[in-house]
Amino acid sequence: MLRIECPCCGPRDHDEFRYGGDASVTRPAHDDPDPEAWYRYVYVRTNPAGLHREFWQHVIGCRQWLVVERDTRNHAIASVDLARKLSARKSPARKPPA
Amino acid sequence: MSSNHKRLSMGGRIDREQPVDFTFDGRKLAGYRGDTLASALLANGVTLVGRSFKYHRPRGIFSAGPEEPNALVTLGIAGRREPNLPATTLELADGMVAESQNRWPSLAFDVQSANGLLAPFLSAGFYYKTFMGPTRRAWMFYEHFIRKAAGLGRAGTDPDPDRYEVRHAFADVAIIGGGPAGLSAARAAAAAGARVALIEQDFLLGGQLLAEPSDSAAAAWLRQTEAELESSETVALMKRTTAFGIYDGNVIGLVEQRDPTNRQPVGEARQTFTMLRARSIVFATGAIERPMVFSNNDRPGVMLASAARTYLNRFAVLPGKKIIVATSNDGAWRTAFDLAAAGAEVTVADLRASLPAALVAEAAQFGVVVRAATHIVDLRGGHAVRRATLNGPDGQSEAACDLVCVSGGWSPTVHLTSHLGIKPAYRDDIGGFVPGAFAADRFGAGSMMGAYSTAGAIEDGHRAGTQAASFCGKSGPAPTPSKLDLGETAAAQLREVLPAGRGKAFVDFQMDVTTGDIELAHREGYESVEHLKRYTTLGMGTDQGKTSNFPALAAMATLRNATIPETGATTFRPPYTPVAIGTLAGRAIGHHFKPIRRTPMHDWHMTNGAEMLEVGLWMRPYFYKQSGRDVNEAYVAEMRNARQAASLMDISTLGKIDVQGPDAAIFLDRVYANGFAKLPVGRARYGVMLRDDGIVFDDGTTTRLAENRFFMTTSTAKAADVLSRLEFLLDTAWPDLRVAVTSVSDEWAAMSVAGPKSRAILSAAFPALDVSDAALAHMGLLESEWRGRALRILRLSYSGERAYEIYVGATAGEQLWSRLLEAGRPFDLKPYGVEALGALRVEKGHVAGPEIDGRTTLDDLGLGRMAGKRTGFVGDVLRRRPAFQAPDRQRLVGLECIEEGKRLRGGAILFLPGEKPYGHGRGRVTSVTFSPERGRYVGLALLAGDVASEGSEIVAVYPMKTETVRARIVSPVFLDPQGERLHG
Amino acid sequence: MARYSAFSIFRNALSGQKNWQRAWRAAEPKPSYDVIVIGGGGHGLATAFYLAENHGIRNVVVLEKGYIGGGNVGRNTTVIRSNYLLDGNTQFYEFSMKLWENMSRALNFNVMFSQRGQLVTAHSADQLDSFSHRANIMRLNGIDADILDRDEVRRLVPYLDFSDTARFPIHGAIFQGRAGTARHDAVAWGYARAADGHGVDIIQNCEVTGFLRDGDSIVGVETTKGRIGAGKVGLAVAGHTSVLGAKAGLELPIESHVLQAFVTEPLKPLVDQVVAYGADHFYVSQSDKGGLVFGGNLDGYNSYAQRGNLGVVREVAEAAIALMPCISRVRLLRHWGGVMDMTPDASPIICPTPIGGLYLNGGWCYGGFKATPASGWCFAHTIATGKPHPLIAAYGLDRFRTGHTLDEAGAGPSAWLQ
Repeated sequence: MLRIECPCCGPRDHDEFRYGGDASVTRPAHDDPDPEAWYRYVYVRTNPAGLHREFWQHVIGCRQWLVVERDTRNHAIASVDLARKLSARKSPARKPPA
Repeated sequence: MSSNHKRLSMGGRIDREQPVDFTFDGRKLAGYRGDTLASALLANGVTLVGRSFKYHRPRGIFSAGPEEPNALVTLGIAGRREPNLPATTLELADGMVAESQNRWPSLAFDVQSANGLLAPFLSAGFYYKTFMGPTRRAWMFYEHFIRKAAGLGRAGTDPDPDRYEVRHAFADVAIIGGGPAGLSAARAAAAAGARVALIEQDFLLGGQLLAEPSDSAAAAWLRQTEAELESSETVALMKRTTAFGIYDGNVIGLVEQRDPTNRQPVGEARQTFTMLRARSIVFATGAIERPMVFSNNDRPGVMLASAARTYLNRFAVLPGKKIIVATSNDGAWRTAFDLAAAGAEVTVADLRASLPAALVAEAAQFGVVVRAATHIVDLRGGHAVRRATLNGPDGQSEAACDLVCVSGGWSPTVHLTSHLGIKPAYRDDIGGFVPGAFAADRFGAGSMMGAYSTAGAIEDGHRAGTQAASFCGKSGPAPTPSKLDLGETAAAQLREVLPAGRGKAFVDFQMDVTTGDIELAHREGYESVEHLKRYTTLGMGTDQGKTSNFPALAAMATLRNATIPETGATTFRPPYTPVAIGTLAGRAIGHHFKPIRRTPMHDWHMTNGAEMLEVGLWMRPYFYKQSGRDVNEAYVAEMRNARQAASLMDISTLGKIDVQGPDAAIFLDRVYANGFAKLPVGRARYGVMLRDDGIVFDDGTTTRLAENRFFMTTSTAKAADVLSRLEFLLDTAWPDLRVAVTSVSDEWAAMSVAGPKSRAILSAAFPALDVSDAALAHMGLLESEWRGRALRILRLSYSGERAYEIYVGATAGEQLWSRLLEAGRPFDLKPYGVEALGALRVEKGHVAGPEIDGRTTLDDLGLGRMAGKRTGFVGDVLRRRPAFQAPDRQRLVGLECIEEGKRLRGGAILFLPGEKPYGHGRGRVTSVTFSPERGRYVGLALLAGDVASEGSEIVAVYPMKTETVRARIVSPVFLDPQGERLHG
Repeated sequence: MARYSAFSIFRNALSGQKNWQRAWRAAEPKPSYDVIVIGGGGHGLATAFYLAENHGIRNVVVLEKGYIGGGNVGRNTTVIRSNYLLDGNTQFYEFSMKLWENMSRALNFNVMFSQRGQLVTAHSADQLDSFSHRANIMRLNGIDADILDRDEVRRLVPYLDFSDTARFPIHGAIFQGRAGTARHDAVAWGYARAADGHGVDIIQNCEVTGFLRDGDSIVGVETTKGRIGAGKVGLAVAGHTSVLGAKAGLELPIESHVLQAFVTEPLKPLVDQVVAYGADHFYVSQSDKGGLVFGGNLDGYNSYAQRGNLGVVREVAEAAIALMPCISRVRLLRHWGGVMDMTPDASPIICPTPIGGLYLNGGWCYGGFKATPASGWCFAHTIATGKPHPLIAAYGLDRFRTGHTLDEAGAGPSAWLQ
């Protein structure tokens, strides 16, 4: 059992979570028309034997999507963070409400 | 012979006041509370206990613990029958019924022991080289007999009447092993303030200390330490508990046995499976004594020296009168002295040429004969040893004996650390493997780390316990380390296999692997440790090679002329000792296995004639028995009623998601292939979602409740996946969108009223509401309250009839359902099930699960127009890939049977008329129904676009029923293509 | 190479087993070969054998980083079947089945292929219909398939739960009589011995650490035993395809995931067929030694660790009891994990690659063992001719770009959900 330190709920068994796969791939903008970009996002994986950034959602808990850094050779977890926090940094600043 | 004639009159840790009756192979025997089955058998003079796997050689009791390779028995009868249990680990209990295994007709006379005569032909891997002819299937013939001969015990065929429990537990420090190191670690960790779980497989704490006399200093230390731990509030002493596996996250799998001496176990679990999550782990798993390899070393009466001492001092059994102790080290001499003190005639045959003077002097005091530079080469005796051939400085000699104790030193028990992927590291100074590097939260202590003296183990345990507690941030005042010195010296380890006599010399007793087998494996190139194991089956028995692993490595190292670490180390796999599958399943059996889900109207369905169908754990009405004799009759009747009057369906299982926020409309515009931004408030729309790869993901309707609030429904099957996907997109891709989604599936009961009389029924049921077409048009919404609970009525149709979906607070579901039926009685309102629902949608040409199968696109399903020229939604780009545009891509069509009496079936394969029915055909039938409207079977199909021209004929082939049906390709909408009935 | 036979066993028994030869030579690498096959598992060894046997290419080496057969060929649950639905899969796996049927004799090594039959239980009328669709396709492709009703299933496997309290009552089953099991280690050893007999070098403990290039083409490999040149290089390292692929510069749609396998203590015969539970992830067979061999679902997160988690052990045990309540007291002896190459459509990738001289065989998901002979056969053809064998035409790397995926379960494109 992996034990994932959920930022909201504390350390929990991984079977409370839903796996979301590689978090290092960048999702193209929703209106990006480039098939190659989408192909790479959906299919191409580096699949490292080592540290892997990956998504997990705490479905039986706070339902937040998390980004977990985990070593695929020994399953040791190096970090856990809220995906929203990380992705908000990458996203363009939100327009202030009118 | 009298019962318990090998039992000493005093001593031991048995309770002579509490005799225990049991049977072995039908023979009534008695032992005492505190015995194991093995000790009680030995006390009764039973030496022949089992037969070996391959050669059916007679075998006795070899050890006093879980490493036992030989003495496997079957316990219990009927549903409680349990094979292959080591007698050495079974706590004796009243009424225990034990049987020997792998013998016929009896243990003493076993026909298959003749296999021994064939031994020259049954060398390791012989079966890879023969049984290949004369025909291609020849192996199946030989295999039949081989399978019958293989296997040890027999499984029961009845259900298991006992119950099992699963527990979740937590600790700061888990200590595995309740020997001197573990006890000392527990004491130190608890004193530091840690919550400690001390895990011991035996029913007594103490480990090797239990082999010390019950009136010794060791026993006093043990009593005191145990009392100290018992009085500590932060220590859980888990006896009869095996740590069978260590998993990621420091999760330890434990199995606890019920105390078998408890005479009133009613309701108590036979075994409890605990998942213990520990912040740190101290491994104090001890060491297992190494056997010696010589000819006929498997005879009953050959026993590990430490086991003999355990039987003597713990169980007060003197297992022999004329004993040879064969050893390479000082430790086994203690066995010799204790046995001699108990009255046996003992000879020590020590491999070493020069022996410690102190031991030799002590031997003289006990009257023990000492033979230096001497080892056993052969044994004689069938069901019990009689004579040994010794090889010493003066050549070979013979000696009579009835017990042979062997000790080749010790091997640390590194199985559990191996589960975590820690490779064992060879330590030349102790001639054995210890765990390699530990992670920061794991510690080792005692003999498993090579600290073989009691004093050293206690000191080591103290250190490990303190460190483990400190890792958890617990560093209270350290107690004075407790001390016990038994004066052991470092064990000299046997590191090679000595030359044996002519008879078979066994390395793995249980799998009958001999030194000859290892030589053969080496000769044929199976020389890596894993090849050796797999080729000879070494270590594959129920004991997982606990005693055979090291001698085999040593033998292979000698053959390869390599060092032991060059030869390799074995990777041990969980479980450490075998675990019953029922224990792992715990309570999740019967109806607790994947529990069903019930809608709010479930009880009504059950009491009103519904035949239920499980759909993804949901129980849904399949059809109602009053509608017809069987499903085929019933669904047509239920369909007709919906088309002619009105029918009521429980649709509570649909996924329901509340979508809110200023950007909710933009969000839905991106997740659906069709647009939602312009959907007016108070209107609903059918929507289809795609996966990122352009394949259809799910469909449903979404209603705009307010400018910034939507109510989404999903299919029953995809409810959880859709919600999670929406959350994923919001959390990871579009955090700038101000939207929140939440599941409201369980908050609402939902039902659908469909049929030409549905509006009239609604009027009757909700007299205060205006349900006129002006107030509630097709795809419209009406929000209200019913008996104090929220009510939503959506005018949506799946069946093609005028229809309404009615949502009400879940707790009022059954009330409203009954109210509708009552109001609808004058209008012939009847309930209908999922079979009729499926039929109605097929007739109307709506796609569902069989068409949305994870391989079809919008265009495949004829829904391409929904997306129109839109872009920017999930899956839009990859749905345009070349494969999806191919002219022969399979697309949705309707099929209609040409001949009225014929039946179209889902799963039929489509071919052109006159085409040879071979291969994958041109497509397949996905869903069918009898259409009362058309008076014949109709269906939906996915058919290659280049042959799918409406009006032409196609042949549906169904080889499993040898049916061939002619059908016409038609529009998938069989009923009311203009949609007039929606308003009827 | 001395032939194995009953007579050879008899003769060697009389001479005290002293005259057996090595099953394959302990070779040292030559400076170069016509073909280097990376990976001494079932697929790599079979490829080397068929390169020599079918194409006369004998100057071949198989490089194995550990010991041969140490990967998935020695870790799987040994089930062999050809019950695939989709055009492209159906024919390939049936071809493999035909090779299995003659394997022991072709290799002169008893791989104990036992056609005990495989059934998958159905638990509703709908499920039985979908099995019938599959059976129809199988029959139409010349493959044996039967649909059994509840009574027929009961006659065949009476020890399953047919009681009134069964959580998922059994409606029927799909059955393939020619399906079965084989002795997995023997497959690796048999191919190794037969390839060696054709002159193929098998080098163990030789890890490939890099690729030698000439322009855009690969012309050899760097190993822990030095550089080895090659005309062509075939990669057959399922489980670790991404790791080696990255060294060669291949971008792949593969994720590594752990699948656990389980074996119980040896029992007298109980389970004759291979039985798969249609209501959950569980399947079981009984080995000739007597152990029940079973498996379940993927652990579900990327891993190279060859070990599984306790949650899946529990789930598999629960499913086992639901299907076969009589094994409640049967004890689990060992469980372990294998690393699977999971692809987004659960179908393999065997093809020439965009890199000259490099050929790819991977992405077997959890279906690699049954494919071993056909994979070797077709991969050898592809390497020898430079063109995909017709039976693997659907298994190109490009299919993910074009959309020609073969998704049997319709579960894509998240590899771990396959």
